[in-house]
Amino acid sequence: MNLTLYVWRQKNAGDKGRMDKYEAKDISPDMSFLEMLDVVNEDLEREGKDPIAFDHDCREGICGTCSLNVNGVAHGPEKGTTVCQLHMRNFKDGDKIYIEPWRAKAFPVVKDLIVDRSAFDRIMQAGGFVSVGTGGAPDANAIPISKEAAEDAFDAAACIGCGACVAACKNASAMLFVAAKVSHLANLPQGKVEAKRRVVNMINQMDLEGFGNCTNYYECQAACPKEISVKFIAQMNREYFRSLRYKEK
Amino acid sequence: MALDSQVPSGPMSEKWDKHKFDLKVVSPANKRKFHIIVVGTGLAGGSAAASFAELGYKVTAFCYQDSPRRAHSIAAQGGINAAKNYQNDNDSVYRLFYDTVKGGDFRSREANVYRLAQLSENIIDQCVAQGVPFARDYGGELANRSFGGALVSRTFYARGQTGQQLLLGCYQALARQIGLGAVEMHGRSEMLDLVVVDGHAKGIIVRDMVTGEIKSYAADAVVLATGGYGNVFYLSTNAMGCNVTAAYRAYKKGAFFANPCYTQIHPTCIPVHGDYQSKLTLMSESLRNDGRIWVPKKKGETRSPNDIPEDERDYYLERKYPSYGNLAPRDIASRSAKEVCDEGRGVGETGMGVYLDFSDAINRLGEDTIRARYGNLFHMYEKITDENPYQVPMRIFPAPHYTMGGLWVDYNLMSNLPGLFVIGEANFSDHGANRLGASALMQGLADGYFVIPYTIGHYLAGVTPGEVKADHGEFKKSEEDVKQRVHKLLSIDGKRTVDDFHRQLGRLMWEECGMARNEEGLKKALEEIPKIRDEFWENVKVVGENEELNQCLERAGRVVDFLEFAELMCEDALDRDESCGGHFREEHQTEEGEALRNDDNYTHVSAWEFTEVGKKPNLHKEPLEFEEVPLAQRSYK
Repeated sequence: MNLTLYVWRQKNAGDKGRMDKYEAKDISPDMSFLEMLDVVNEDLEREGKDPIAFDHDCREGICGTCSLNVNGVAHGPEKGTTVCQLHMRNFKDGDKIYIEPWRAKAFPVVKDLIVDRSAFDRIMQAGGFVSVGTGGAPDANAIPISKEAAEDAFDAAACIGCGACVAACKNASAMLFVAAKVSHLANLPQGKVEAKRRVVNMINQMDLEGFGNCTNYYECQAACPKEISVKFIAQMNREYFRSLRYKEK
Repeated sequence: MALDSQVPSGPMSEKWDKHKFDLKVVSPANKRKFHIIVVGTGLAGGSAAASFAELGYKVTAFCYQDSPRRAHSIAAQGGINAAKNYQNDNDSVYRLFYDTVKGGDFRSREANVYRLAQLSENIIDQCVAQGVPFARDYGGELANRSFGGALVSRTFYARGQTGQQLLLGCYQALARQIGLGAVEMHGRSEMLDLVVVDGHAKGIIVRDMVTGEIKSYAADAVVLATGGYGNVFYLSTNAMGCNVTAAYRAYKKGAFFANPCYTQIHPTCIPVHGDYQSKLTLMSESLRNDGRIWVPKKKGETRSPNDIPEDERDYYLERKYPSYGNLAPRDIASRSAKEVCDEGRGVGETGMGVYLDFSDAINRLGEDTIRARYGNLFHMYEKITDENPYQVPMRIFPAPHYTMGGLWVDYNLMSNLPGLFVIGEANFSDHGANRLGASALMQGLADGYFVIPYTIGHYLAGVTPGEVKADHGEFKKSEEDVKQRVHKLLSIDGKRTVDDFHRQLGRLMWEECGMARNEEGLKKALEEIPKIRDEFWENVKVVGENEELNQCLERAGRVVDFLEFAELMCEDALDRDESCGGHFREEHQTEEGEALRNDDNYTHVSAWEFTEVGKKPNLHKEPLEFEEVPLAQRSYK
């Protein structure tokens, strides 16, 4: 099939940026979306033109590197799918496709479709961990953890840190990302010890980075390629209220 | 040059304890004076960097991804082995050690493997303490499953995303140290050279992938945790960015490269479906717990799989290996798949595929149980192939997945260049000629959390901290070399794209140095590779400039190294005139088509020393001794 692409091009952080038009020809429905872009890029390279820069790595939906807005939707039209796992069979001949980077104040564009998501790393550095050093851990079966708690923790821990939740939110809020980590650790006995400190520090850093607030539209859940539930935002709010006494100290 | 493996004396089970006591220790007050560079922050590098920082060393870490949380360890699906014996099925450190040595087809270093099996228990404890949400049973205890090459259930898992959860645990430990200011982390940074001063590794040259700045970093020791070289085949299960550059540049600076011909072709991947394909996707080996592998008995079968009656199917692994069945080790399962496809019994459009069928398991356990065990894998399969594996059998085919070869290291994980340590997939020591499933995560974390934090101290205790600074002449020289190479790449302005060359190299390597190799093919590859390389330097087109984010330039730099490294791989494959594990020389097989080793001549590690591009490297041999597990032909019948 043949497609027309409108792609955000921006030379660097300082450039204003614009939409450019490209033709993608002889695209097979079995290609992934990124393989389609590879074909377009290889043609551009042959012509000596700057290929479209986009982030990607594992191409199997787990590393969280890929990050494209396709027709205004983070990771494109298919539910529960990263854009690297989106296949061209979801499109038809003659389609126009608009491709843009994540749009959020806290995710500045680096080049073309690549954004800087180091704000997420800094939130993690503020508290997204269990303060346990290497060595000295007790036997792994010493503390039984109910299957339900372990499963619940896993559901939250499945977050790949791609940032689609922020890109989908009209407030560019990072609540789902932060909530996933807060809940993952708060649901396990190992993470409970410093749960209060964690939630306060992570939320403070989230605010410092310039992410917006949550107004319960749930676009984040709809866009999340790992389908992480907004129930974790409720849990994070609960954890936060519980920590208020801690905050005052 | 004699290679000293530094393996301690004494009984196998006491070597590590004895060695730990013999290692020198740096006092807590002095640790902060020592600076360690860690390149690569996956399971091995991330755990090492975090552990060094906890000990008080000054650490600078680099990764090419935008964040350490994205290293390719994240893609490991099935699990991590540990000799916990929680299932009471008679597992032990000794059994894990034995299985790993045997699985590696007697080409690994026994003492390293024993230590790995011992440390496996600590890893699980450590990860649980970090909050890794492993699968659990209703009583709250950890669950286990079986993996290839073992008769016990010792694999711990977190659904089909074990690597992700372990990496996040390790990333969180690292994030904590970055937040504390103990680790200086550089993302989107690529190591382009190793700097050696008076024979000691003293730093690296790095290109900032956003600004293009090429910069020197000096330290008292350098740790490479830069993964494997599977992308030499172009198509592999590795992430797009995985590359051999850091390890290869160290090799060109004098570090020996060991057993580069040992590559693992994983039996259960989604088959290739087109020329435009950019990578291959793994379907976890854990699927072989419940899936049965088969092909039609008849050649050129055209019926759909569900219409083929039971007695016209060949469950070839169950037939050939009744005791291990579908859980035969990876090299054997891969070769068997190739064999049936070569006979013309392969399935799918290309005939390069076999069925992995879950219908028995679904009938026995119900679809819900299967979904709970493998839901995400089935989901991923359906996304890629547009087929529902709950209803029709999956089609799978082997694909390059892991590389057992790597930079040579001694028992301390230090290369022959003092001060250069190599951990995780980037080194060679633990898996021999074939790695068993769920052992890569184990090795990466054992190296990073529990081995190198002790052994690096022994080296550092003997050097003066901060002796060499980044303004030393060797740094200037290396920086200049790197800049010139970048400049040259950008100025060729030929006609063919970087990927075009990479695909050509990959096809050649897959055909001549892939699942099966022979003398004629390897000699042919050794003639072809320099030709591809020569054309690359005349006719490649690398667009853009250095002083910007330039993905074309990044790829070109990596392909340059693959084009030289491929030759080393073929040299090694040609020199090793025997079959062992993943290295299958067609000239050497038993009547039943199994790998036939030549223990009299090849019970050694081949460690190669760089001479000149295009010239044969020098071979150094480290003899392997098997005190505990007697050399025997592997049998999984």
